[in-house]
Amino acid sequence: MTATLDRRAAVARLLADRRDLVIVTGLGSPTYDVAACGEHDRNFHLWGAMGGAVAMGLGIALAQPQTPVAVVTGDGEALMGMGALATVALQQPANLTIVIIDNGLYEETGGQASHTGAGADLAAIARGCGIANAIVVTREEELPALATRLHAPSDGPALAVLKVAPGEAPRVLPGWDGPAQRLRTTAALLASRATGS
Amino acid sequence: MQRDWPQDIFAVLREAEVRQVPYVPDGGHAALIRAVHAEPSMRAIPLTTEEEGIPLLAGAHLAGQRGALLMQSSGVGNCVNMLSLTKVCAFPLLMLVTMRGEWAESNPWQVPMGSRVEAAFGLMGVEVLRATRPEEAGETVAAAARMAFLGGNAMAVLISQRLVGAKLFTE
Repeated sequence: MTATLDRRAAVARLLADRRDLVIVTGLGSPTYDVAACGEHDRNFHLWGAMGGAVAMGLGIALAQPQTPVAVVTGDGEALMGMGALATVALQQPANLTIVIIDNGLYEETGGQASHTGAGADLAAIARGCGIANAIVVTREEELPALATRLHAPSDGPALAVLKVAPGEAPRVLPGWDGPAQRLRTTAALLASRATGS
Repeated sequence: MQRDWPQDIFAVLREAEVRQVPYVPDGGHAALIRAVHAEPSMRAIPLTTEEEGIPLLAGAHLAGQRGALLMQSSGVGNCVNMLSLTKVCAFPLLMLVTMRGEWAESNPWQVPMGSRVEAAFGLMGVEVLRATRPEEAGETVAAAARMAFLGGNAMAVLISQRLVGAKLFTE
């Protein structure tokens, strides 16, 4: 399978019609990809805690079942937290979508090959865990349907592996002040809960 | 009659409006886990590894819910790097740890981690309280819950193996 998707353009397409979507980003390039779409109070960017992005998205999704939640992370980060896919499957949060930007590489640390490049299939693993709606996306034409699901989720959790071309996009660095991010995202999420929107 | 300390802890968690209860099972937490599964206001969340509970409860906090993470002492080491999320962002956190490897433990594999739980939490900036007698369990968890949820601290309550009872290995 040739991976040709442009990661930056694919993420921009997925977030083009963003409304109340909450996004947790896994460390490294996915954080820069989401930040490149513009800063947002509903973004929470991880700069560490590798393997924790999916579980963090789950905690948000369970606390606010009416709010669409996305985890946007990389193949390396997802591999480290693979057990969390089984934990998500057990809870079946309909409002959670996991987007794995898969370049088959640990790009941040020098481009070493990851397990997905050699055949580890994270969508198949997710289905094996019990996330029935788990797909591999290889073509731009598939992105609109995924975007629709992302912003108006239903029918259980979903996972999409985006096969992107290798190659680093220009880094867009969001802030890494932890308490500032915590306060910003909490304020945004609790305000929406108070107004019921 | 021995005090029903798991029920005391459960009552404290319910009173504190704890909603998400992630756990990796331990015999010492078995009664509490059963109570959580049976409580409609709480969601029991079985984990594959303890470290999932740290970002899970950080996410719950962002979205306005309180939680408590249940584990055995052997799971504390699994959490060490993930606790950097708690520390860097100053997330409140409540963990309840049933202890192994410290009192009449016959399984030597439990001792290296069990005997270093307080040191591991100390390394990562988690405050530790300890309950050593059954009648202390509820009040100790209540104290830690206040320090976590009102004070914003990362808290662990260690429930002593002497309180839980040493596991017997027989053929």
